[in-house]
Amino acid sequence: MKEFFTTVISYRFEIAAMVLFGIGFINLLLQRNLIRKIIAFNVMDSSVFLFLAAQGYIQGRIAPMIVNGDLSAATYINPIPSGLVLTGIVVSVSVSAFFLALVQRLYKKYGTIDFDEIMTLAKKEAE
Amino acid sequence: MMLPWYQNIPFASIFLLMIAGVLMLLMKRGKSAFILAFTVSLTVAALSAVLTVALYTGNERFVYTMGEFPAPWGNELAAGPLEALLAFMFSMGVALSLLGGRSDAANDILAPKQSIFYLMMCELTAAMLALTYTNDIFTGYVFIEISTLSACSIVMARDTAKTIVATIRYLVISLLGSGLFLIGVVMLYCITGHLLIPQLGEKIAELVATGTYTEPLTIVAGLLFIGVAIKSALFPFYAWLPFAHGGATTSSSAVLSGLVLKSYIILLVKLFYEVFTIEVIRSLKVTNIMFAFGVIGMLVGSWRAIKEEHIKRMLAYSSVSQVGYIFMGLGLGTNLGVAAAFYQILVHAATKPMLFISAGRLIDVQGHEKSLYRLRGAARSDPLAGVLFTLGALSMIGLPLLAGFIVKFGLASASLINPHRMWIALGALVVSTVLNALYYLPAVIALWTPSGFMVRVKQPRDWRFAVSASAFGAFVVLLGVSCLPVIDLIENGLALWT
Repeated sequence: MKEFFTTVISYRFEIAAMVLFGIGFINLLLQRNLIRKIIAFNVMDSSVFLFLAAQGYIQGRIAPMIVNGDLSAATYINPIPSGLVLTGIVVSVSVSAFFLALVQRLYKKYGTIDFDEIMTLAKKEAE
Repeated sequence: MMLPWYQNIPFASIFLLMIAGVLMLLMKRGKSAFILAFTVSLTVAALSAVLTVALYTGNERFVYTMGEFPAPWGNELAAGPLEALLAFMFSMGVALSLLGGRSDAANDILAPKQSIFYLMMCELTAAMLALTYTNDIFTGYVFIEISTLSACSIVMARDTAKTIVATIRYLVISLLGSGLFLIGVVMLYCITGHLLIPQLGEKIAELVATGTYTEPLTIVAGLLFIGVAIKSALFPFYAWLPFAHGGATTSSSAVLSGLVLKSYIILLVKLFYEVFTIEVIRSLKVTNIMFAFGVIGMLVGSWRAIKEEHIKRMLAYSSVSQVGYIFMGLGLGTNLGVAAAFYQILVHAATKPMLFISAGRLIDVQGHEKSLYRLRGAARSDPLAGVLFTLGALSMIGLPLLAGFIVKFGLASASLINPHRMWIALGALVVSTVLNALYYLPAVIALWTPSGFMVRVKQPRDWRFAVSASAFGAFVVLLGVSCLPVIDLIENGLALWT
């Protein structure tokens, strides 16, 4: 039992990331409210960033910026995951902006952000 | 050190398209943006054709390091004859679809937004080429997202409430797919510590040889596969496709249905071939799932197409079944099957845009009617559009001398090697051919039957449509008649991937 808890604690970031990914994924898929869908998408992507950042961090080392002329790689954490997180954030910000713009368009047209309602209204319009 | 001149072509193509896109922001008139987009994509197609010939004759595959940072740190592009051929098909397909759909785009899209539409087309083409050429999985992910955004914008270019609803459905499903792909990429990085495909391949070979990390690797392969399957509308993830592809303007439908779906599959096959190797993928049983979903997709897509009245949605459902063919070929798990899948990618990239553009023209001459019932007799008002639609339909059914026949023949002969799958594959091919005939033939017959719906007013000729659809038609016949050099190229290209 003690072993189990120590494993959980040492992998706490990864476990949290996977749980958050699941929450984000399910809500993006099933949530009817479009704004909540966007939030779910952000939760999902942030969980991946958490996972990456946790993997790149090495206990007891410092951020990869050269301090006091120390050039040995053993001083610093792995900088590549941080770079990937940065790229990922750019992607998810632009996707969110685009998504929000679409939702605003639909709200102006139908006066609701409930996607099921919008679908029924759009179907009625077609008939 | 000077590179041989042709090694600059992959990067130059992507860069040219992106720069042209940015320049379009300065253009007020849709027409000038159209001319720029058309010229640039045609130039890229010409460059890719030159690259294809150079690499095929030299039987060469090279790696282009970006910014001179050596592996394993830098970012790389890799190009062999197969990638160059696919890049040619993509850029040519975009150029011809833009040309053929120009008059529809001019009517469907608000005048101030037209240059943005062509901008998005350029970025989308750049993303497709980058997905084909890239040698770095994270770059692959970034370009998947770029292509999602630009594909969504070209769906909503018509700016009606209906297309925005379709765009949101498309966007949500795409984000689910790319989310799964992203977590797969991240896990792969965490297991191996590499992002470049060759280094990943070496590390994975080590892991497989020692028998460690088998479960995580299975999960990663599954995540990458499902991510791509969602984005390329494999059964059962196809519900978004008919609305997105059926409602968009003609060029968008042609590009989305014929080309964009395939670019993700190419990245997936590259990952499976070079990172995991096909033997490992077979032993992880991912090919079984591909095969099963592919076969079901072939049948379900056709079944839904039979029941569809709206001509563009019918073509969109037919794409679902054609994607099923590709995954069935991949699911055979042999080089022959994969080669047949690539042939299908090329064939569908020529046939489906031709069908969409001809359908768009027929819809135009019939006074913007879209149901098959109301389109009766449309082919008589514009015989060229009718003939080319018929040609595309016959190729889809698999008439000999046309491209679709070679695909079915290739898939059937590839399945003979594998005794467990032979009967399922052959049965599925037969049933799906019958189903294809069941919806394409009635459509063709309806188009040629004289009826009261025909618009008697003489329609002005559209030379842009005539040039583009005939060029696609030439590709369909060419791929059907002289298939051997192309098959040889695909097989050589695949051999260079391992």
